[in-house]
Amino acid sequence: MVRLITHNMLACHVKNCTKDNFPLAFSDVELVIRPAPENLEFINRFLPKLDWKALVDTARSLGDTTLPETMPESMTEDQLRALHHVLMEMHVEEGNMTCRGCGHVYPISNGIPNMLLAEHEVGR
Amino acid sequence: MSRPEEISPPEIFYGDTEAHKYTANTRIKSIQSQMTQRALELLALPEDETAFVLDIGCGSGLSGELLDEEGHVWVGCDIAPSMLEVALEREVEGDLFLQDIGQGFGFRPGTFDGAISISVIQWLLNADSNTHSPPQRLARFFTTLHSCLRNPSRAVFQFYPSSDDQVQMITTAAQRAGFGGGLVVDYPNSKKARKMYLCLMVGQQEVPKALDGEEMDLDEENSYGLEKRREEIRNERRRRKDSSASGKKGKKGKKDINAKEWIMKKKDLYRARGKEGVPTDSKYTARKRKVYF
Repeated sequence: MVRLITHNMLACHVKNCTKDNFPLAFSDVELVIRPAPENLEFINRFLPKLDWKALVDTARSLGDTTLPETMPESMTEDQLRALHHVLMEMHVEEGNMTCRGCGHVYPISNGIPNMLLAEHEVGR
Repeated sequence: MSRPEEISPPEIFYGDTEAHKYTANTRIKSIQSQMTQRALELLALPEDETAFVLDIGCGSGLSGELLDEEGHVWVGCDIAPSMLEVALEREVEGDLFLQDIGQGFGFRPGTFDGAISISVIQWLLNADSNTHSPPQRLARFFTTLHSCLRNPSRAVFQFYPSSDDQVQMITTAAQRAGFGGGLVVDYPNSKKARKMYLCLMVGQQEVPKALDGEEMDLDEENSYGLEKRREEIRNERRRRKDSSASGKKGKKGKKDINAKEWIMKKKDLYRARGKEGVPTDSKYTARKRKVYF
């Protein structure tokens, strides 16, 4: 159930992990496509929040190459649709998310990522 | 009534049986949805717009369902795996996370348009292991939440405090993290319907009004924590003013009354009360004794 819209917002929250903690890298991924009702206006409003480069890199690592390398100045409807597909319809069901900074692995099982930290990793 | 917080940690209390019971119980369901509705009202998201909302302690997604109906995109997190499993079975739309909110969130700054939480944050006040320190966990929770909310936005928490100290602890932790806002107490005079909402704000906003049940002016009750604090401040100001007015004499109220006046006043008071054996007044009353040495 991890959609890329959420993944694009998620950074590592281990103590003192402030460098390279975003985006988390996917591995051993089991991908499921679930159609979702289109809401292009929401996507359009969400654009400024997105980290485009991280999104495109992640989408490519998951085998989706519909997005352009750089963020277009103004989105056409087709581009918004492609973006909707990537953000809202691609669900990662199984796999791991690894922080490139500290190497912490967040396992995803049954669509639920385990974000629990060990006690020594909790920030103060 | 027993409080689940006092029985066991949340991830254990909401095990498989309790999680199913919780979700199947129609009474809990209706109360939960009422509270969610009210929380959404307090959240005051812009109408007819899809928002990105965080549901803290989403459990089996009872409140998430309402968010779905409103058309919002949401992310939920909970510490009880069994509850999340039930949420999966119910096929809610939001993304679910297994997360301990006392460990903080890892979301990027400005991610969410709002956050709601129904009957959750009182759990943060428990220390379930020897490494847990409630103030620290509260601080971590509120600071990370503050940073992942958009400016301006709101976070609404419905919670069941067991004492005023708990309320105090939670509100001060939230204020330290930079939140504005305060408590909204719905139906303050009813034992059953009384509900507490902590309405926190990022950026400058006004605290919403509470529901009274009857049309009475219970304004003081509305934000009673805030009001109490305000009164304390008022009292302290008055005290300070008094002490500065009386100058260096120290104690207030005794500045322009001499010994004789004071004694006469006391005698009058005793007589008025009907005390026996109050000495009669004479020219010797309150006169200073001769110094013999």
